[in-house]
Amino acid sequence: MSARWETVVGLEVHAQLLTRTKLFCGCPTSAGAPPNVQVCAVCLGLPGALPAANREAIVLGVRAALALGLTVHEESVFARKSYFYPDLPKGYQISQFERPLATGGQLDLETSAGPRRVTLQRLHLEEDAGKSVHGHGGDSLVDLNRAGVPLAEIVSAPDLRSGEEAATYLRALRDVLVFQGVNDGNLESGSFRCDANVSVRRQGSDTLGTRVELKNLNSFRFVQRAIEAEARRQVALLEAGAAVDAETRSYDPEADRTASLRGKEEAHDYRYFPDPDLPPLRVDEALLEAARAGLGESPAALRARWTEGLGVPAAAARTLASHPRIAEFFQRALALGADARRAAAWIPTEVLRGAEIDGLAATFRVTPEQVTELLALVEEGVLSGKQAKDLQLEVEGTDASPRAIAEGRGLRVVADEAALAALCDELIAGAERQVAAYRKGQRGVLGWFVGQAMQRTRGAADPRLVTRLLTERLDKPAS
Amino acid sequence: MTGAASSASRIAADVRGGRRSAVEITREALARCDRHAELGALLYVARDTALAAASRLDARRAAGEPLGTLAGVPVVVKDALCTIDAPTTCASRILTRDGTPATGWRPPYDAEAVARLRAADAIVLGKANLDEFAMGSSTEHGAFGATHNPADPTRTAGGSSGGSAAAVASGLAPLALGSDTGGSIRQPASFTGVVGIKPTYGRVSRRGLVAFASSLDCVGPLAATVEDAALLLAVVAGHDPLDSTSLDARAGDYVAACGREVAGLRVGVPREYLETGLEPEVEASFREGLAQLGRAGCEIVDVSLPSTRLAVATYYVIAAAEASSNLARLDGVRFGLRVEPPAGGIAALHAATRSRGFGAEVKRRILLGTWVLSAGYYDAYYLRAQRARTLIREDFVRAFASVDAIAAPVSPVPAFRLGERLDDPLSMYLADALTLPPSLAGLPALSVPSRPTRPTGDRPALPVGLQLVAPPLEEERLLALAAAVERAATP
Repeated sequence: MSARWETVVGLEVHAQLLTRTKLFCGCPTSAGAPPNVQVCAVCLGLPGALPAANREAIVLGVRAALALGLTVHEESVFARKSYFYPDLPKGYQISQFERPLATGGQLDLETSAGPRRVTLQRLHLEEDAGKSVHGHGGDSLVDLNRAGVPLAEIVSAPDLRSGEEAATYLRALRDVLVFQGVNDGNLESGSFRCDANVSVRRQGSDTLGTRVELKNLNSFRFVQRAIEAEARRQVALLEAGAAVDAETRSYDPEADRTASLRGKEEAHDYRYFPDPDLPPLRVDEALLEAARAGLGESPAALRARWTEGLGVPAAAARTLASHPRIAEFFQRALALGADARRAAAWIPTEVLRGAEIDGLAATFRVTPEQVTELLALVEEGVLSGKQAKDLQLEVEGTDASPRAIAEGRGLRVVADEAALAALCDELIAGAERQVAAYRKGQRGVLGWFVGQAMQRTRGAADPRLVTRLLTERLDKPAS
Repeated sequence: MTGAASSASRIAADVRGGRRSAVEITREALARCDRHAELGALLYVARDTALAAASRLDARRAAGEPLGTLAGVPVVVKDALCTIDAPTTCASRILTRDGTPATGWRPPYDAEAVARLRAADAIVLGKANLDEFAMGSSTEHGAFGATHNPADPTRTAGGSSGGSAAAVASGLAPLALGSDTGGSIRQPASFTGVVGIKPTYGRVSRRGLVAFASSLDCVGPLAATVEDAALLLAVVAGHDPLDSTSLDARAGDYVAACGREVAGLRVGVPREYLETGLEPEVEASFREGLAQLGRAGCEIVDVSLPSTRLAVATYYVIAAAEASSNLARLDGVRFGLRVEPPAGGIAALHAATRSRGFGAEVKRRILLGTWVLSAGYYDAYYLRAQRARTLIREDFVRAFASVDAIAAPVSPVPAFRLGERLDDPLSMYLADALTLPPSLAGLPALSVPSRPTRPTGDRPALPVGLQLVAPPLEEERLLALAAAVERAATP
């Protein structure tokens, strides 16, 4: 894109709150049921049905707001947002409008252009609509299983400056929500959805251009590419002297371009007004307490604690803090006495390789207990790194103790200095060529010697001791 | 009227005591329904289910089981309340499949008030006529014909609970449930000469009442006597955790309250209500009611409710706004009428269904309500109406600082002729001026019969009700005062 233009993006995220039941009735929220099975009078919008707010959803909404540094309001108001659509059973969606649950938070990002703080304007609660499936012959079908599922809508200020930044923001936001157990972070299933408001303006300008709303962006990559495509379209229009229309557009990933969904003149007048069926939502101390009780440390706080306090490298800390179950695994290993740096190096590769992550759930093939023992065996010199990896493969999916297996096989450190010294003398005596090379400055040859020593002891030698003994001998002037 | 049912408390006592069977009582009531079918009080007579329920009740009595407070009492239910075993139409074509009440929507649940009726062993006799979706003051705005006033069948029974009121007045059943959004229980009670109570907003669950204006709708009893009304109120009142606007307060001992002393109570008469052009006969009846309260030992004092003049405009903005939203679910997709136009997709289906399904008065209010909530008009109408509502509420708070209750006429005129005001919706709206303020303030209010009008050449004596209004949750005080008026009026 031309350097003379700046992209301005604000994002609206709809995150499904992980409750067992819907926002205003007792129907289950689980996915995968046959159509129109998880419904009742309330979420079908039958005459006479009344909503009753689900406390669990409010607790999760408050927890999300607290985790994102938003101010939770003691009183907020549910409002009706009116429009006609077959998958909106009541003809209105219960949402929050003038008085949302929480306002004014921020999310700190690491972007390629440096750190950026994004203002979060608001977080409000609302119910999801159902799902329309078009093109069944001439008919459309409606599934209302999702109707009434609780969502938190999180609205950012137009603080993002590129598609890439938008994707970074979404990942960071998802990490926080997933981490606090309020959302499963699944874009494909629609439990974490994003709309983007995109405008462009000349570099240096501080007024906002006409914005276009991009709907239904269902992957981080598409969010980025859709914004980039839309920004290109707007710049081309403006450079040709045309104007950008305020409208709603969708993104076609095949063609890599956006297309109009509905124009300004078709924009809905939602006729918001406070829902007279629901008194103002009061967040009292007991509710705040319940929300705080489940509030874990934020991924950012964990990363900071691990990198600054424990010396964990930043990249490893990012991986460990990317999912609550992974962080739990790491923290459990630490609590069992694992060395932080060894565990931080081991878990992202050796543990995650065989892990299955599905939303908030994660299945690991090894336990923190097993990993802690493996790392201790390596540290003690009983196992080499390679041996530890092999032993992990053996214990995966079992509750076997790596230490017990190692001991059962008679693996222990050969730390008998006299015996190892004799071995080293023998190796040096039988490898004149290598000794000469080493003494000419090819220090890498030391590794060959250590390898030989380990091989001769079947890996049981303490590699540090072997290294010292070999170095002492090799560094001595030839006699 | 001839063949009137005996009082509810008497029937229940007889059934519990085994002196009469529920089946016999139900048969008699069904026979009265047939005899008075021309009144148009009922849209549906629940013949089979009523008899089945009655015979189950008799079996339980025979087995020695204890029976509820309304054992065997026939009750008529306004057809805005959902019933699991009878069609629920709100007197609207849109809640039917083909425009007839018989194909009316079958709710998969009972309204909470109906469920409590059944739990008290009452027999649901039928569904009462109403103005379509309870929008109207004459029970002639329904899709299935008007209700006639038993006192003069050329006149309306009032509305919107006109069917419930006429059913009680003509003795079809001793008890009826109605709903009151702006006077819809009190005004028909007044027009037909029965007792009608609009409880405190939130006193009776709204769950299963098809919503008209959610912030105003109240379910309440109609009965021939104050004590019977109290008996029914005691059954339906009480907290419902699934109605978020239900009040978490215990129901009072309403029947006992009917015998409570009223001497020494201060009853305020709002002077603004007397400036609304009351018909002289109505004013005379009202004065006589006040005199009866005075003789019972009440002190009658003048009070001022200066925001009264705002009530009609305020009500018709708020009620229409809420109605436009509440009726949006009637879209032809999931239940009721569906009109499929030959072309034009879902919007055309919505439009065709709603155009055919709703009557003129309902459409008028949907349009009005949609307008006042529209972008650019919200502040000028809806928000301003909310402020006016606060002023009206504050009027009552101030008045109740110096009086225990307020007495007022219910309507400036007695029952008017059917058709007389159909082409003049504004005059119909203005006639609600005296019942709207307590509705907007969420206060308990009732209508108890006072002296009827004197007959003149072209009209018979017509019933007139006295309205009593109390502070929130003071239904017991209202009942004590109403019983005093009733005693004084009964020779």
